[in-house]
Amino acid sequence: MSNEHEEKVLSIYVYEAPLRLWHWINALAITVLAVTGYLIGSPPEAMIGEASEHYRMGIIRFLHFGAGYVLLFGFIGRIYWAFAGNEHARELFVPKMYSILWWKELLTELKWYLFLTKEPHKYVGHNPLAQFAMFFIFLVGMVFMICTGFALYSEGAGAGTWSAVAFGWVRDIFPNSQTLHTWHHLGMWYLLTFVMAHVYVAIREDIMSRQSIVSTMISGHRLFKDDRP
Amino acid sequence: MKKKVTTFYDVMEARGISRRDFMKFCTTTAASMGLASSMVPQVVHAMENKPRIPILWIHGLECTCCSESFIRSAHPLASDVVLSMISLDYDDTLMAAAGHQAEAILDEIREEYKGNYIVAVEGNPPLNNDGMFCIVGGRSFLDQLIEVSKDALAVVAWGSCASNGCVQAAAPNPTQATPIKKVITDKPIINVPGCPPISEVMTGVLTYILTFGKLPELDRQGRPKMFYSQRIHDKCYRRPHFDAGQFVEKWDDEGARKGWCLYKMGCKGPTTYNACSSIGFNEGTSFPIKSGHGCIGCSEENFWDNGPFYERLTHVEGFGIESNADTIGMGVAAGTAAAIGVHAVASAGKQLTKKDAENT
Repeated sequence: MSNEHEEKVLSIYVYEAPLRLWHWINALAITVLAVTGYLIGSPPEAMIGEASEHYRMGIIRFLHFGAGYVLLFGFIGRIYWAFAGNEHARELFVPKMYSILWWKELLTELKWYLFLTKEPHKYVGHNPLAQFAMFFIFLVGMVFMICTGFALYSEGAGAGTWSAVAFGWVRDIFPNSQTLHTWHHLGMWYLLTFVMAHVYVAIREDIMSRQSIVSTMISGHRLFKDDRP
Repeated sequence: MKKKVTTFYDVMEARGISRRDFMKFCTTTAASMGLASSMVPQVVHAMENKPRIPILWIHGLECTCCSESFIRSAHPLASDVVLSMISLDYDDTLMAAAGHQAEAILDEIREEYKGNYIVAVEGNPPLNNDGMFCIVGGRSFLDQLIEVSKDALAVVAWGSCASNGCVQAAAPNPTQATPIKKVITDKPIINVPGCPPISEVMTGVLTYILTFGKLPELDRQGRPKMFYSQRIHDKCYRRPHFDAGQFVEKWDDEGARKGWCLYKMGCKGPTTYNACSSIGFNEGTSFPIKSGHGCIGCSEENFWDNGPFYERLTHVEGFGIESNADTIGMGVAAGTAAAIGVHAVASAGKQLTKKDAENT
């Protein structure tokens, strides 16, 4: 919410390099995870020949587990950056839901999406509506997928491995492994729905709002199209 | 009926089992429990010296497949040794006594071996209508179970009925059939799920208790770790076909004839914890996957409600018949795409009118 219009601030450095890097690595990891995850649930047509000649399912699973590790360590790095980075790096984890102003802004933004206002406000970081979605759909979804994913991974890794120690407890929440698989699978669609809305909204905002969105995640700079409040 | 201290070996000797067969039994049992060969003497010693632990085997709502499996224990001679070995003092299916005499055994054992006998439960009690859906000896099985368990050392829940509820507890569960762990809460309970459990697993659990004088190490779901810590999938002999991506697509296709992986035919091996793929049934002859049919996950909680048996992805209730995670997900994604499309068109319209207004 930039109010320093007097100084004609047209560009602010918002997203630092580690955060941008994480965003794109994470996007890539999620893409690989979704594709390979879908194929694990519904494997492609059978390969002809001896079993010793092929390792297709093995490769699909390897990619899935590899991307899962990338996602996990990326997420750990992202949490570190919430402490080390600037204030925008913390926004994802702690939306200001305790502030009345935050909820008011969320309403204004909601009106903007319902075509009820002519012009949106300006935001340096995420607007409250975006923060809301980032927290409740993306962050909660990510944590759910990491926990259920590594719980499933621990089934194959076996008792006593780090994943069984760290995530084995998740298996007890669900009645059985098959149900855990189903929930993990539904989680993929939950996150994919988020991705669809996220990409659409980012492009739309880039065109229609008063600040840059897409390029900000590349350069890190938030550009404002006007200097009005 | 006064009992002098008899050991397992006494009984075996009396039954004409040779020393050699006895040693074979001890070795096999030690191996199936995952013990080192150096532990065999300990098993032998226990068998020769420790008094038999009386076992009261009671039956609730069940189909007797656990008993059927149990009497087919391969090592050594099931019908002779296994039954006498565990000192089966009461089993309404197998014992000779009947009527009041039979029921009297229950009271005798309870008094004589207070806190020192084991209750093995096959089946489970229905709780609905005060347990009237299962009557044993003129009263509800629920009463019998609670009474007999009161002074027991431990309760062994044989099979999926006793461990998880199995078919009679499947939705909508009209009789309110309830697994033992939810009825008996003040005694150690060993769950030995499976429909039926493997006979070697059953005898292995009892032999362990006798040999070491304590209960086997259990996992979080109360199952003996030595038999239930790995999935069917982890030791399946068809696993190479899974890794290669060679799946049976139809029951009569080339892959089915070649013995490829049954994953796409709904095999629940990857989500089922049991020892079938390493021990097998009926003296190790076979297990479902070996006979060309996928695993149905019979030793898993709620396995009847995790259908279908013949599809990989489980149907999700509340979204219509035959909807799984993918059909639901694709529906939601399509809905989102449609909403985005409509919103995008409206946004474009707004943008154009704004431009028009600016130009005029």
